Amino acid sequence: MAENKSKRLFTIAGLVILALGIVLYFAKAPLGLNRKIYDLPIFLIIIGVCFALKGFMAKPVVNELNKVSFGEFLTNNAILLAMLVLVVVICILQPRFMQIRVALDILTQSSTKLIMALGICFTLLIAGTDLSAGRMVGLAAVVSASMMQTATYANRFFPDLPQVQVWLPIVIAIVACMIFGALNGFLVAKYDMHPFIATLAVQVIIYGACSLYFDMPPNNSQPIGGIRADFAQLGQMRLFSGAFKGFPGISILIPIAIVICIVIWFILNKTVFGKNVYAIGGNREAAVVAGINVFRNIMGIFILASCLYGIAGVLEAARTAGATNNYGNGYELDAIAACVVGGVSLNGGIGKVGGIIMGVLIFTIIQYGLQFINVSPMWQQVIKGVIIAVAVAIDLTKYRRK
Amino acid sequence: MSEYLLEMKNITKTFPGVKALDNVQLNVRKGTVHALMGENGAGKSTLMKCLFGIYNPDGGEIFLEGKKANIHSARQAMDQGIAMVHQELHPIRFRSVMENVYLGRFPGHMGVVDHKAMYDKTKALFDDLELDVDPLALAGEQSAAILQMMEIARAVDMKAKIIILDEPTSSLSDREVEHLFKIVNRLRSQGVAFVYISHKMKEILEISDEVTIMRDGQYVGTWPVVNKETGEKLTNDFIIKQMVGREMTNQFPPREGKPSAEVVLKVEHVCSPLRKSFQDVSFELHKQEILGIGGLVGAQRTEFVEALFGLRSIASGNILLNNASYTSKNPGFAKSKGLALLTEERRATGIFGILPILENTVIANQRNYAHLGILNQRKMLEEADRECKKLNVKTPSLQTLIQNLSGGNQQKVLIARWLLTNSDILILDEPTRGIDVGAKYEIYNIMLEQIAQGRSIIMISSEMPELMGMSDRIMVMCEGRVTGFLNKGEYSQEKIMALATQFAAHGKDSSAA
Repeated sequence: MAENKSKRLFTIAGLVILALGIVLYFAKAPLGLNRKIYDLPIFLIIIGVCFALKGFMAKPVVNELNKVSFGEFLTNNAILLAMLVLVVVICILQPRFMQIRVALDILTQSSTKLIMALGICFTLLIAGTDLSAGRMVGLAAVVSASMMQTATYANRFFPDLPQVQVWLPIVIAIVACMIFGALNGFLVAKYDMHPFIATLAVQVIIYGACSLYFDMPPNNSQPIGGIRADFAQLGQMRLFSGAFKGFPGISILIPIAIVICIVIWFILNKTVFGKNVYAIGGNREAAVVAGINVFRNIMGIFILASCLYGIAGVLEAARTAGATNNYGNGYELDAIAACVVGGVSLNGGIGKVGGIIMGVLIFTIIQYGLQFINVSPMWQQVIKGVIIAVAVAIDLTKYRRK
Repeated sequence: MSEYLLEMKNITKTFPGVKALDNVQLNVRKGTVHALMGENGAGKSTLMKCLFGIYNPDGGEIFLEGKKANIHSARQAMDQGIAMVHQELHPIRFRSVMENVYLGRFPGHMGVVDHKAMYDKTKALFDDLELDVDPLALAGEQSAAILQMMEIARAVDMKAKIIILDEPTSSLSDREVEHLFKIVNRLRSQGVAFVYISHKMKEILEISDEVTIMRDGQYVGTWPVVNKETGEKLTNDFIIKQMVGREMTNQFPPREGKPSAEVVLKVEHVCSPLRKSFQDVSFELHKQEILGIGGLVGAQRTEFVEALFGLRSIASGNILLNNASYTSKNPGFAKSKGLALLTEERRATGIFGILPILENTVIANQRNYAHLGILNQRKMLEEADRECKKLNVKTPSLQTLIQNLSGGNQQKVLIARWLLTNSDILILDEPTRGIDVGAKYEIYNIMLEQIAQGRSIIMISSEMPELMGMSDRIMVMCEGRVTGFLNKGEYSQEKIMALATQFAAHGKDSSAA
């Protein structure tokens, strides 16, 4: 019946797209379309397979209430559909967009943002926020980079520091972030401070502390450079590059982000801690009455989040092979925006890893795409703002039933 | 081993400015239902919160099975076999039923939750309690009755020795109450003790073994419901007398005068855009009339009056207000047309808990105290003071936060709020829910006063005696439809119930119904 119809629709659409992709793949060289459609066939094959799998694996709809009308389908996926339209427009204006290289670039750029967004989503899930996230990225970047300079570099942060193992500065940087995360959690959990204020205070403290560190002689606020190659590899290494002709390789950031996604998904959905996060966000009173230790869980939330910011900061330092105390400035707002576009509710209790991934990808794709067709950076800002407002407005209509 | 499963001795608890509990005691035997009664503000809920570890008492001791118990948190209370079903249910709305049942004690190993085990256990638990609910359904989509059962299922699963039920039936229909009692009876026979807080006499006398009565934070006494030696049963009047400390002869003040023939509000075939909400509602409201609206939970009465007040949309139908066409746009508009709505959920949509009584009283009428947007503080104080005095709001001052008042006094402040707006039609949605007998009587008096002054009232009530005692006419709804009207003189519980349960036959012949 209805469920079979939608299942079949997805399966058939998937197979058609798949077939089209395969045909185009073999036909593009003879037809001389190489310079017109680039890697479009490969994308079509991937999309087709995804669609077919979705149709194939879809759970049968149990009752009538879960049946989704076409209008609801549009509202539920409005931002995704808008993005698809934009992508199609960009592809028509600039066919070079249809390249695997571009797709990989987008994924690479998304990786650190995604790690941050996954951290910040925990604080959003308890109806809080974390304004200190961006500054933690800066802190982790400066701390890790300061200990990872080559022995021969003239302007070393610690001139007498021996060449330590790579993991050590990374751990120190992340632990530094976690200490400030614990401070966040303590202020929120112990004094019942609103996370907005608590993390604002900590944000300022971190920036000050990081600047003090950065200003220590002999560095005196010089940008940190001369990063060791083994550390830079963490952000710059490309896997399978040249596996076939013209393949640029997969940035190591992508698998790192994927692993973190899986870990966070597991924590949120399969562990007691994750369930408690949803419970505290959904109804704090009920959580207290059910005997959940709210103090401990809130501490855990902020510490875990700061750990993720720390990882993001280290990766930023490695990717750019350098650091200043201004790294990460304003990242938290991008991460919050991505979470919100991905369906995380600022009222707490609602949010999924899948949604956050979508939110981050949508932002990166739109930003990258607009750059690709030479839209001015000022217009990019306007468009970004509109997306946030529209996405949240549409998302909220889902919950408003009157 | 002690005679009692639970003994609370000399419990004292002081809040800033109020002595909430003064040397209170409570002794509960194993395998009994122990009713805890008293007016609102008598300290029943405070006592239970002390038992459940939400409050720490200033003095007194708690003994469980003869041993002194230390309870400083909900967790500790639960570990010692005490479970509480709270008056205001707070499910985690966007999580599943089973997660709500196992909240705070998810099954699993090393912090990893075993979903299969959780599902199976919840299913078994629900089957045992004859609950037909999918453990995976969202808690936010369940009815109040199911949420209640969910909480009880939770207590059962925790192997609780003492289950505290705080006003469990305030939002249940009769059939649901019956189911609840069936479960209570079964658990009682298995040795579970219940502390049962309720205002409903009939239920208390039906379900409980013993009754403890409190008044103004003090212990009044404990009586068995059936005296073993004489076989005499406790009576309504006796309990009320102990609760209020005086004789209550009449539950309802006498009604003087009759509604006039003048029609102030005429509703014709009003339908909601939602298929499952109110449909084809028609009635006339006369000047100086109290029109009662009866029905079960889910009869869409609240939804209908909210639509009348502009909080929900109306798809079709006509409304004539004083013979002029009226379209409900928004509450501000409704207010300007002389309508007032006292909402059902006092805490959620009535009071501003953290604001003083003064602000709570004048909030709907501020425009009248403002000159160029600047409020006239003195005028506000005067008028709020006058109304609150007239309605006999018991408070030290108008600067007291409304959340510190008892439910009955909060309700009186809310009524004062609407009286200040000089509205002609008062819509009262469950005006006496969860408030004590004395305050109820005062509210009935206020209603009659308003009628005498030429106003009209629409009153939704789920309490049959109130509906029959106060209304000039009763309109009964069922599943969003008006199933009938009853005039004064032909009221009976049976007739109202018959109309309230006139469900449409689903399927082919729905048009016939």
